[in-house]
Amino acid sequence: MTSLTSTAVVVPPHSRTPVLFKPGAWLAISLVVGVFAVLPLLNLWLPVEHPWHVAQHTISLLGKFICFALAALALDLVWGYAGILSLGHGLFFALGGYAHGMYLMRAANPAPGQLPEFMVFLSMTEIPWFWTFTEYPLYSWMLVLLAPGLVAFIFGYFAFKSRITGVYFSIITQALTYAAMLLFFRNETGFGGNNGFTGFKWILGFDITSPQTRAGLYWASLLALLGALLVGRWITTSKLGRVLMAVRDGEGRLRFLGYEPAGFKLFVWTVSAMLCGLAGALYVPQVGIINPSEMSPANSIEMVVWVATGGRGTLIGPIVGAGTVNGLKTWFTSTFPEYWLYALGLLFVLVTVLLPQGIVGLVRKTLQRARGART
Amino acid sequence: MGSRVLRWICACIWVWMASAHATTSLDPELAKQLTASQISQRLGAIETMGQSGSPQAAKVLEALTLANVFVTPQGRVFLDSKPPIDVLTGEPVAQIPEAAERVRLNNRLRGALQTEVAYALLFAERPDTQIQAARQLQSRPDATRVFILQRALDASSNTEVRDAIAVSMAIASLQSDDLAMKLDAIEQLGDSGRGQFKVALQALLAQSDNGTFDQPPSVRDATALALEKIERQQTIQTWLGNLFFGLSMGSVLLLAALGLAIIFGLMGVINMAHGELLMIGAYSTYLVQSAVQAWWPAGIDFYILFAIPVAFVVTACVGMVLEKTVIRWLYGRPLETLLATWGVSLILIQAVRSIFGAQNVEVANPNWMSGGWQVMGDLVVSYNRIYIFFFALFVVAVLWLALNHTRIGLFMRAITQNRRMANCVGVPTERVDMFAFGLGAGIAGLGGVALSQLGNVGPDLGRTYIVDSFMVVVLGGVGQLAGTVIAALSLGTINKLIEPMSGAVIAKIAILVFIILFIQKRPQGIFAPKGRSAEA
Amino acid sequence: MTTEQSRLKTTAAPDEYFASYRRPAMSGVDTTHQVILYLEDISVEFDGFKALNALSMEIGVGELRCIIGPNGAGKTTMMDVITGKTRPSSGSVFFGQNIDLSKLSEAQIATAGIGRKFQRPSVFEHHTVFENLELAYKCSKSVWPTLLAKLTGEQRDQIDTTLELLRMRQQANRLAGLLSHGQKQWLEIGMLLMQEPMLLLLDEPVAGMTDAETQRTAELFNDLRGKHSLVVVEHDMDFVQSIALDGKVTVLCEGSVLAEGKMSEVQADSRVIEVYLGR
Repeated sequence: MTSLTSTAVVVPPHSRTPVLFKPGAWLAISLVVGVFAVLPLLNLWLPVEHPWHVAQHTISLLGKFICFALAALALDLVWGYAGILSLGHGLFFALGGYAHGMYLMRAANPAPGQLPEFMVFLSMTEIPWFWTFTEYPLYSWMLVLLAPGLVAFIFGYFAFKSRITGVYFSIITQALTYAAMLLFFRNETGFGGNNGFTGFKWILGFDITSPQTRAGLYWASLLALLGALLVGRWITTSKLGRVLMAVRDGEGRLRFLGYEPAGFKLFVWTVSAMLCGLAGALYVPQVGIINPSEMSPANSIEMVVWVATGGRGTLIGPIVGAGTVNGLKTWFTSTFPEYWLYALGLLFVLVTVLLPQGIVGLVRKTLQRARGART
Repeated sequence: MGSRVLRWICACIWVWMASAHATTSLDPELAKQLTASQISQRLGAIETMGQSGSPQAAKVLEALTLANVFVTPQGRVFLDSKPPIDVLTGEPVAQIPEAAERVRLNNRLRGALQTEVAYALLFAERPDTQIQAARQLQSRPDATRVFILQRALDASSNTEVRDAIAVSMAIASLQSDDLAMKLDAIEQLGDSGRGQFKVALQALLAQSDNGTFDQPPSVRDATALALEKIERQQTIQTWLGNLFFGLSMGSVLLLAALGLAIIFGLMGVINMAHGELLMIGAYSTYLVQSAVQAWWPAGIDFYILFAIPVAFVVTACVGMVLEKTVIRWLYGRPLETLLATWGVSLILIQAVRSIFGAQNVEVANPNWMSGGWQVMGDLVVSYNRIYIFFFALFVVAVLWLALNHTRIGLFMRAITQNRRMANCVGVPTERVDMFAFGLGAGIAGLGGVALSQLGNVGPDLGRTYIVDSFMVVVLGGVGQLAGTVIAALSLGTINKLIEPMSGAVIAKIAILVFIILFIQKRPQGIFAPKGRSAEA
Repeated sequence: MTTEQSRLKTTAAPDEYFASYRRPAMSGVDTTHQVILYLEDISVEFDGFKALNALSMEIGVGELRCIIGPNGAGKTTMMDVITGKTRPSSGSVFFGQNIDLSKLSEAQIATAGIGRKFQRPSVFEHHTVFENLELAYKCSKSVWPTLLAKLTGEQRDQIDTTLELLRMRQQANRLAGLLSHGQKQWLEIGMLLMQEPMLLLLDEPVAGMTDAETQRTAELFNDLRGKHSLVVVEHDMDFVQSIALDGKVTVLCEGSVLAEGKMSEVQADSRVIEVYLGR
């Protein structure tokens, strides 16, 4: 069978678009981001009676959702692209939250040297060593990335080196977050015990409850999400991204090509953990509390359903999924609270059995079929 | 509360009635003394009754602790309850006679009463009453009353009662002036190995303000020796106790994890709803208990024998339904199965919460499983844990037989090793899958029965055991029953051995770290499948 | 065994992969003695069953060696030992004079210059043909270089040449999972070529191929002979004949070498006839 010889060199699709997204996608992203960015202005500038006024409560809620979307995106990087199902990403989310919370607790006190309230309550006489420098926001923000990053790195180093994969790995991540939760529940650990951190007052000198600060946090979260999307897109469209997908589909085979999967997994695992920590850090000032139940295995597993519902391996999917599922949750818990767990459980089952590609996958398929029907 | 004690009192009195010494009235002199105006006289009366060792005295003293007592000059004693009771005969009467006078008590008299009642009850008919009385006297030693204890000791033939009384005597003798008696008592207490005597013994080593010791050197040496013996015994008991507790916990983990291991070995499926199967087994036990209570109250002690098959069948059915409706569609996708079964677990927990409420439900141990076996000194090994341990081994044995000596067991083993090949040779994999899932679920049900006997039963029961069960499966490897058994027992034992040193949380974390490191050396667990067959 | 469990199937001890996070410090292969692969007294035991029994073999530089033998003779196990998937219980395996393969991980062995084609075509189904070849391309396979890698013109040319060779230019952007069995085999061979290995191990390369494809494969191998060293395991005797030519053929049986020599000698050997070729 002779093929048509042509002198033109074959160019793969991904190198035709060196700027991450196709122009159409850029447009869509800009539109969506623009709409979301305007919402706080509708809250701040419009009077309450105006039909287009957006309630404070809505801004907070959306801010929360955006943080969840960021966490979901982080999870998608390891799960959708590298095939690593983590059932303990809540740990990284919480660690980031706690790191930022440390600063917020210090900031809540008028005098920087003063002990945070919960320490007084627990009759501690001095600030534990790991709290030093946390009165400086920059340090705390650094910690937001370092703490989950370091934990992820150490855990991942040992886990990937010993080639633990699949279900075994997932179970161990669950045990990890469970153990951490137990640790943080203890008062002696120095993180507020089962009450955690709460009662935040100031952030960078601004009143944490004022609408302007809330809007600021909202925009920060939106910016973080956008940044994470771009970073994620850059990684997944790079050669490393293709290597990750090869790890997902045939780790053994990849070894024989000369790639050592452990290093690649460790890289994306650590990046994912840091992004997740960032999400937690932005979440905490918006909800005003962080406690060890954020580290519960159930929380982490719920994150997974956000990604699964939206469509894993797509980066946009988890954002959609996080928004959808949390929206459902908010609706259910206010109208039919007893039925929320039924709905969530059913969602898990239905999404995995009937909708393995998630919402985004479904949309893609319908578009493809529409396109196919047209030609 | 009052009526329960009253019923008990009447029962006691009933029993005493059967004894040869039954008389229906008190000595009139004593009766007059009880109602005398002087407190010292009343005190004397009470003390006399306490030292008399007679059953009637015991009854009267007992009655005095309950409510107002009226005494006639003829010596008849009445308890002012509803209806009033003639204390010595135990019969209710219509009304207390006019002539009866109330026995007035104050705090001092009440205090003395407590002690005297105890002495009197040493001579009661029922052994547990005697033991209880003897134990009470251990905390109020009186060297002058040792002779009463001696009398009680001689009068009794029950070994447990004699032990208790002997200990009380020993403690009382510590206060004695007779040196030989004191040394004897010290030795006896040292040999007992019970920690509660340390305080009494240590008091003998006390110094008064000017630096001199209260007791002569011989006593102090003997005391030091006795204390040392107790310490040694305590250490041994602590270690044995922890070991036993560990094995017990291991056996519970075994029952919890066995079903999970079978399912995982067979289908590579981690069933996140496994904890809920445990919970359903526990709730089934509760339902059986309620049913037996309602329809056959006399047989309440045997409800467990019904609960075992019922729990097994119920959870097996739930498991098979789960397999047919959810798991089947996700064959070959273990991570998705994990998520789907998590969803099922949420639904199950919420369902149980709606049906039974969010609070814990009460599941009581049958009588023959309550209490414990006093191995030595302070070490008491509870019966329910012993039964559960052997029950777990029994289940493992039955399972082993089923897997290795039945046709379906053969099919299961074949599928575990090479599913496609098993299919090719005609093994009905779908049916075996369903059966195996049912089996694994049923065993979880049995685990739930065991858990119901040990702790609280609530909707979140499964959640507390699921992580540990996973650890057992990860550590023990798949395909081998032995791996699960060893892993479960080891984890339970290690956990309980570490716990006293650093607390439950640190113990859990230490175990997790241990498992992660262990998995590094042996990624497939303790019993790793070797060879080509494992590389399908 | 499920795919999940089979992912843990290598028997190599994880300790030895301590170097896995470091870039393998590979010195060049020493081929001064004109031998590229030494297998000396290799034994592999699984629970009492000897898959390889004191197997000894030498492959010369530029040689094309054919390995034939009945099922269960240990041919695939031998390849597993060479590529590091299985560790020998005894014996030594050397790449050139100086590289002890029993101490390296699979990835390190691949980087050192040994490429393998598997019995069943194992390509990355969710990647395109182009991407599969790109992944195999010989370059630094560590994390950072991979992250920052850009598709150079040189790379593109090489992939293009390979596509031309494979006659798959039309399918360049098609998902590998959608290819036919024979096409997948060819893609895998192409990936092997992209690695530019010094030693190629090919496990039943023409299984399931059409006659025309088989012929093309034979032409390709004959072309590679001399520039690379090849070890080909096959059952198709015609194919073996077309590539063995004057080269050595080794017959394995029950884990060790039964006979070795030119094709004609081996075919005439009575033991070989009895055990494998038949009358």
